[in-house]
This record gives sequence, C-alpha cells and structure tokens, in this order.
Amino acid sequence: MTGLTATELKAGYQDHQVVHGVSFEVAPRTIFGLIGPNGSGKTTLFKCLCGLLKPWGGTIRLGPEDISRIPKRRLARTAAFIPQIHAVTFPYTVEEYVLMGRYPHRGRMSAFTREDKAIVEETMETLEIAHVRRQCIQRLSGGEMQRVFLACGLVQKPEILLMDEPTTHLDIGHQVRLLTMLSELSQAGGLTVLVTLHDLNLAGLYCSSLALLDHGLIHAHGSPGEVLTRDNIEHVYKVRTEVGRDPYLNRPHVYFMTGQD
Amino acid sequence: MNRHATFLILLALLAIAVACGIFLGGSGLPAADVIDALLHPGGHGTAQAVVWQLRIPRVLKALLVGSSLAGCGVVFQAVLRNPLAEPYTLGVSAGGALGATVAIIAGLSGIALVFLCFAGCLLSIGAVLAMSTFRDFSTSTIILSGVVLSFLLSSVIMFLFSVASSRDVHASVLWLMGSLSGTDAVALPALLAALLVLLSGLALFARDMNLISLGDEKAHLLGLAPGPLKILLLGLASVVTGLCVAVSGIIGFVGLIIPHAMRRVAGADHQVLLPASMLAGGVFLLACDTLAQVVYRPYEMPVGVITGIAGGIFFLAYLLKASPPEVF
Repeated sequence: MTGLTATELKAGYQDHQVVHGVSFEVAPRTIFGLIGPNGSGKTTLFKCLCGLLKPWGGTIRLGPEDISRIPKRRLARTAAFIPQIHAVTFPYTVEEYVLMGRYPHRGRMSAFTREDKAIVEETMETLEIAHVRRQCIQRLSGGEMQRVFLACGLVQKPEILLMDEPTTHLDIGHQVRLLTMLSELSQAGGLTVLVTLHDLNLAGLYCSSLALLDHGLIHAHGSPGEVLTRDNIEHVYKVRTEVGRDPYLNRPHVYFMTGQD
Repeated sequence: MNRHATFLILLALLAIAVACGIFLGGSGLPAADVIDALLHPGGHGTAQAVVWQLRIPRVLKALLVGSSLAGCGVVFQAVLRNPLAEPYTLGVSAGGALGATVAIIAGLSGIALVFLCFAGCLLSIGAVLAMSTFRDFSTSTIILSGVVLSFLLSSVIMFLFSVASSRDVHASVLWLMGSLSGTDAVALPALLAALLVLLSGLALFARDMNLISLGDEKAHLLGLAPGPLKILLLGLASVVTGLCVAVSGIIGFVGLIIPHAMRRVAGADHQVLLPASMLAGGVFLLACDTLAQVVYRPYEMPVGVITGIAGGIFFLAYLLKASPPEVF
C-alpha cells in the first residue's frame, strides 16, 4: 500500500517563499489532515504534492518513488488530486465529467471498456449522484458538485487521494456525509487520504493524524489529541480556546472563547 | 438528444443541403438537365460544365470551409475556455482582410493574394495569442484584445480605402464580404486538401480538448501536460482559419453559433461536439451559400451577409431564451 512522505519541502512563488521546510508522513490507509490558518501555506503545499508547483527544495515520495520522476499519466493512475470546488466552463453532464477520470487509463483513441463503465456506474451509485447523471454539471448544488469532483477522482482508481478543502461551501450535513464517505473509503477500501481542512473539530473527528501549519512551517503534528491543544491553537490562530473531550466519541473538541465572557 | 439521433439528423440535413446545392444555383438550370449531367459526367454540354465545374466544386468548398470554421470555433473555445472565442472575435478576420486589401490595392491576385491574406490572419492571431501568453491574460482579456486589434486593423483598412482608386475599393469590399464562388484559384484543390488533413488532425485530440477545457490544473491532474498541446491546437486552428479566410474571404458567425447550437443539441463532450459541429458547420454554410445564389437571381448575395443575418438572429434569440447561467 502506498503512503506519502514529504521531506524538507520548500516552496513559493517568484521571490516569495511560502513553505519553509516541511516534513511529514502519511501512513497508508489513514486519513491525514492538514490544518492551519489562511496564508499558512496549505494550498501551496497541496499544489506541490500534486505537481502543480515545482518545490524549491526537498522531496516528495509516493511509496518508494520520487513523485517528480513519475510520468504524469502513471501518477494519475496512482494518485487522485481533487482541487477546491470551482466553476466548470462548459455544460458537461455528470456522467461525462466522471468518465474523464478514466482517461489516464485509456489511450487517446481507444474506446472505453465495460470495466470503465462499471467503475463509473458503481462510483456514481456509491456517491449518490447516479440520479443526476444526465444533468449538466453547472446546475448542481455545491454538495452534488463536490461529490461529482470526488467521483472523477475515485474512478481514477487511485491508491492515494488528496483533497483541497473538500468541505468548503458545504453545509454541515454535507460536510459530515462527505468526510464519513472518505473514512469508509480509507477503512474498507484501503485508500490513503490527505485533506486540507479549516474546521478543527471535524479534523479531530475524522483524521487519524494531523499536521498544523503556521507560516510555512509545521507547528505540531501527531494524533488529533497531540495537535489540538490549547497552546497550539492559541499560538497559531490567535484565539482564546479551551479544549475538552467530546463525551460521545472521546475525541478532542475545541471551544472558542469569544471576547465577551 | 441521443448522439446517434443527432448524427442521423445531421447526415439527413447534409444530404438535403448537397442536393439543393447541386440542383439550385445562379443559372436556374432545369432539374432534368442537372440529373442528365450527373448521370453523364463525361459530356461537353453546358449543363455538364455547370454541374461538374461550378456547382460540385462549390458545394465541396462550402462544406469544407463551413466545417473548418465551426471546428476551429470549437477548438478556440475549448482551449481558451471561453464560449465567445472564435476565429473572428480573436481578430483573425481583420488580419486577413488587411492582407487581402493590401494585395488588391497593390494589384496582386491569385496565389499572391491568398498568401498575403493567409499571412495577415496568422500575424494577427499570433499577436493576440502571444500577448495573452506573454502577460498570462485571462480568457476574457484575450477576446477583448482580439476585438481591439480588429478595430485597429479596420482603421488601417479604412485609411487604405481613402487613398485607393474606387475600382480597387470595390474589389476589396466584395472580397471582404466573403464568397465561395471563386473556384478558379490555382492552388484551390491543394488548399482544400490541406484543410481536410488539418481538420482530421484536430479530430484526434477530442478527448484532450475535454481535459483542457476543464482548465490547466485539472488537465494536469488527469495526466495531460496542457502547455504544448494547447500551442499545437491553437496553431492548427489558426492555420485552418487562415486558409479558410484566404479561399473564401470573411464569413462570420459560423465558428460562434454552430458550436453553441451543437453544445445544446449534442452536449459538451468534444468527442461528439467536434464532429457534430464540423458536420453542422458544413451544412449551414452550404445552405447559406445556396440561398445566397437563389435569393434574387441572377444576382448573387455575398454569403457573409446571409451567415451574418441568420447567425445574428439565431444568436440573439438564443441569448434571450437561454437562462443566464447557460449563456456564458
């Protein structure tokens, strides 16, 4: 099974360095959460992991291989990267869009096989988007759109899935359902998952390990209990906090103290 | 609509349009004579000459130019991710027009005119695309720079008109209005063959166009390096456009409305959209050209006028009818 290791990663834009030497390891079959305030370098780091941005230094390994040496098409068969939710210019149907996730597996002119169609069908069923298959993707709600993007990644049949802020723009019901799907995929399907998240409590609830990013450096990493502490959160997010235990699931729960009490 | 049904209907329309193109024309030849000429291609009568040397080449030319303009529209729209992109909004027509006007005023004709026009097209679209790559323009800025370049080049053409003889001005204006009639150019068969080759080249990349149309990042994440392919596709489409303008003058709107209409009918998947648009573009231009010949015989209307009017009305109706998020 494939894990992901980043070692001393440095990255930035033009003359502006954003990530200053970050190392972490994503164990196979787990959900790894990348958290941190706006501008802490989450998205930049994510772009490096996807190969959209060339790191200034350091290495990223997918299993034993250096990711920069893996040919693009082969990488797309091993790793799926789901960018943040965005507008799609042309009115593809849900089914057409999801099928594009099979392109890395097929040649430019070769027809799609029964296997491809079965994979697309099964994924759409699992993610509960089969009923909107003929709908134009531009008319979907945010929750459906995010599941269509995820479906496109899953039909790539990756061993590792990376999602950038998958819960942004979703209501709490959709956030919980999406993260529950991801945790099922990792536990039952053996998928390794890396997500960037803003909601600390959801991160604590669903991720098996976390890395807290601050000004392009890892401020803390480890289990949710080790990362989500009062000191860490107050230091990085500059808000007064208390951390308790969730009485039902025995996970850390962060309480934010407003200025009034 | 079902994909098979779409293609069946388009093929039926193609057959009808081809029949109309052969049976109807400027000279009002009786249908019986046309059939006779078709059955006896070797004869030397007037009907044979009209059918085999005028009408059939013209039908082929209309089909190929229409297909090319619509196909290039699809390619420009996919690669630039802008449904308003087409050869003419990108400033190609203005470049070609300037090239042709210069050639006519300089007393050139035939292959020299074709060449200057072609060069004008490539220079103008090259300028727009180079500007956009150099400064990393957003797609709407690309369209805007195409429009601005068109105005600029039009002003240069106006200047040339103001100093040229009225005979040259008349010839230039006729050329600018677009026509499929001139089948006498030396290099015409070669140009048409080139179009055919380039068009089939574009068709090879339908699946890649799907990925590119999702944006560079998504294309990259699905295993496609978009950069070189975009340059290749834009280059191919520019050459095809240049050839079209060089052999037929300015025929507007085909590259804009046909892809839009086909996206509604056949969907956005380029594996279907591209062939459907090429087919529909050919049929549309052939129908317009036939109409241009018969609408007030014995005079011929410039086909660019027909496509402009038909396309403009169609497009306005579409804009008014479609709900806002679908439009752009």
